[in-house]
Amino acid sequence: MTAVTATRGTGRRSLPLPAGLRRCAVPLALLVLWQASVGLGWISTRSVPSPSQILSAFWELTVSGELAVHLLVSLARVSAGLAIGVSAGTVCALIAGLSRRGEDALDALLQMLRTLPHLALVPLFILWFGIGETPKIALVALGTAFPIYLNLFAGIRTVDAKVVEAVSTLGLTRWELIAQVILPGALPAFLTGLRYALGVAWLSLVVGEQINASSGIGYLAMTAREFLRTDVIIVALIVYAILGLLADLIVRVIERSTLVWRPAFIKE
Amino acid sequence: MSHALPRISTPSQSDTRPVVSVRGLVRNFGAVTVLDGLSLDLQPGSFTALLGRSGCGKSTLLRTLARLDPAPEGAVQLPDERAVVFQEPRLVPWMRVLRNVTLGLRHADAEARGLAALAEVGLSHRAHAWPLTLSGGEAQRAALARALVREPRLLLLDEPFAALDALTRLRMQALVETLWHAHAPAVLLVTHDVDEALLLADRAVMMANGRIAADIPIPLTRPRRHGDPGFIALRSRLLAELGVDEEHLAAREPQPVETRAAGANPAPGGFALPAGAAAAPSL
Ligand SMILES: Nc1ncnc2c1ncn2[C@@H]1O[C@H](COP(=O)(O)OP(=O)(O)OP(=O)(O)O)[C@@H](O)[C@H]1O
Ligand SMILES: [Mg+2]
Repeated sequence: MTAVTATRGTGRRSLPLPAGLRRCAVPLALLVLWQASVGLGWISTRSVPSPSQILSAFWELTVSGELAVHLLVSLARVSAGLAIGVSAGTVCALIAGLSRRGEDALDALLQMLRTLPHLALVPLFILWFGIGETPKIALVALGTAFPIYLNLFAGIRTVDAKVVEAVSTLGLTRWELIAQVILPGALPAFLTGLRYALGVAWLSLVVGEQINASSGIGYLAMTAREFLRTDVIIVALIVYAILGLLADLIVRVIERSTLVWRPAFIKE
Repeated sequence: MSHALPRISTPSQSDTRPVVSVRGLVRNFGAVTVLDGLSLDLQPGSFTALLGRSGCGKSTLLRTLARLDPAPEGAVQLPDERAVVFQEPRLVPWMRVLRNVTLGLRHADAEARGLAALAEVGLSHRAHAWPLTLSGGEAQRAALARALVREPRLLLLDEPFAALDALTRLRMQALVETLWHAHAPAVLLVTHDVDEALLLADRAVMMANGRIAADIPIPLTRPRRHGDPGFIALRSRLLAELGVDEEHLAAREPQPVETRAAGANPAPGGFALPAGAAAAPSL
């Protein structure tokens, strides 16, 4: 996992399309191809529904309000898990990143834990937390804490030492130095961590919702399987994909507004 | 900007107490002794060039005077108002230029002071720019403004022009001289460039073996020119003190000074000589 975000040049943009739309171009093309394949009978509709079937299933679920209910439940789980995971990861990274003693106390332990695939903890979490909301949220929280910790810790430790040294001659208090120089310097790495964390959050949610859930997008997909509703399963998958894209978009917007000082983002 | 009259250095300003006083300074890195009982006084408002071979401990001395290193052995008296400019600008990239300049200022009118300092270095129009959009020379001028705005009594410059091209370097040298006249801090300038020392300083100190090996006054009138007889004579003297064989150098004289790569160590002896640049720098 790197702490470096790729910077994107904005120089040779020909169409002023929003980034989100440009990124959707290839999936849209595939969708058209898919509909054509089913329509021409190349693919059996029993194993793979056509996009129009999926669309009508989507419409049904939306009109009945079912989709909204499950979506809200899933979003609530992801938000709660993310809030806990990001906070925990941030606090640990600040403690370990800003003090030697903190590093000694935390880093070895966390580096050890991070090698554990957190999804393997599902059986243990069910035993500990039962089958309610807690294990699902805990899974998301655990999964997201590590990318935040690792990236932010590395970010804090790799803030340009020469700049910090120069600033230290300017008479700032230690707290001002941390708040104005070190943390903003670690922000790009934090956002990289956040993007990883969002990916992990959805993954954890998918797994978490397929065990003993009675609501949520994952539950929707699992019950659809029992009724052989491939169209509903695919609706669920699409919803996951859209949520993932949206999350990514949000991080990009945050980057754009907070990293304005980077040459790639500077518009003067 | 108030222009003081061109001054002739008067090294024996014995009535004023030194602004910097170093006695018996010792600094070791492991088994290596870099500063070995070094003593040095700087008079208020004096301009001193610090010369010496690469690795002889110039930056180490400067860092000690900037209190960037842990307290060393020996007695060091320093003014509280200190400022440092390094070889690199070292601006904070996520703060606009003006914010960089005013960083750490506690005055209510910090912003006005920052703008005034930027005006003095000719950078008013870039006050609200991001540092990464500045040219190398502009960034170094911003670093100079950041130092200046603190009204230092001691200004420490560690090869601040070494990474700049020859023309920009001449401009920066003239700028530093102007600012020194206007604000009269004691300046300690580390440089590898004997001509730079002769253009700017009224005293050159040579470091060798962890001590000041030679202390040479530069009583030349200002503005100074490379071709003046006094300049040439002192240049020979400084080079001799540094143990540089001038005839050997003369053979390589046609090589222009700007071939020195930015940030790289210069010739093995550690000194670069501009080839007969005769014009006085002007802004
Ligand atoms: N933090 C450090 N740890 C170990 N050795 C160091 C450290 N800092 C400096 N030195 C050593 O001390 C010696 C003096 O270094 P210094 O940077 O002061 O030299 P300098 O005179 O500024 O050289 P230059 O002209 O090349 O900049 C060098 O041999 C260097 O390797
Ligand atoms: Mg040095």
